[in-house]
Amino acid sequence: MGSTPQPQAGAGRFEQTWVLYEQRESIERLQSEVSAALHAHAYDDAAAFAIRLALEEALVNGFRHGNKGNPDKRVTVFCVIDGEHVRLEVTDEGEGFDPGSVPDPTAEENIEIPSGRGIMLMRAYMTTVEYVPPGNCLRIVYRRDGK
Amino acid sequence: MAQQQTYVTVARESDCTRVEFSEKHIIDEVVIRIIGNELTKLVDETPRPRIIVSFRGVEHLSSAALGTLLTVMNRVKAKDGQLRLCDISTPILQIFEITKLNRVLRIEKDVAAAKASLVASH
Repeated sequence: MGSTPQPQAGAGRFEQTWVLYEQRESIERLQSEVSAALHAHAYDDAAAFAIRLALEEALVNGFRHGNKGNPDKRVTVFCVIDGEHVRLEVTDEGEGFDPGSVPDPTAEENIEIPSGRGIMLMRAYMTTVEYVPPGNCLRIVYRRDGK
Repeated sequence: MAQQQTYVTVARESDCTRVEFSEKHIIDEVVIRIIGNELTKLVDETPRPRIIVSFRGVEHLSSAALGTLLTVMNRVKAKDGQLRLCDISTPILQIFEITKLNRVLRIEKDVAAAKASLVASH
């Protein structure tokens, strides 16, 4: 019989906001801090992998597509972690995005196209993925119980 | 002259070229672009390339890296070559499965299996 993972003593709700320009060091620092908070709340390796992947894809989409690669534009990340769920809100300075406009990358005619898989991966690994209108804020949630 | 950073190690063998990554996180777009250039160079310098890419030690992979692998695959195919991926950990393999790229990219268990799967050149 397995045991329920227990967060570290004193690991209350984690809540933090980062404002980033597209610099690898600051992204790695953010990922490190999220990883440490996940560990403190007893999220397992599979969850940590999934959340890291989804966050990375969200950031790339924010910088590349939302901010159109403009180095002067920022992406803001708001993160909440507690014992039941992880919520990330990634907001770029673009005009918004319609996720319905992304073609299915697994369709036969698209399978060999190099781009377009980031959203698919986020949806596969996260419990919910939603674009908050007008579409420049991506909210992704990972629930420990998967519901 | 400054030497360009490299993120792959290359072993040229009699019947194939083996590639390994020196990065365990293949997620940064600059790194992925350099890796793509390095793999493309390997493809371009061989008439019918037979390339095995080992993912030993790779812990994280982004969708941009998948795109680069597809680009390399298409280039290999255009030269009537063969590309095999191997030593992929279970979490990373799941990424290929979710995106159905395991149906497009030839994935083998390890280097030995990848070598055995290469069709003999004519």
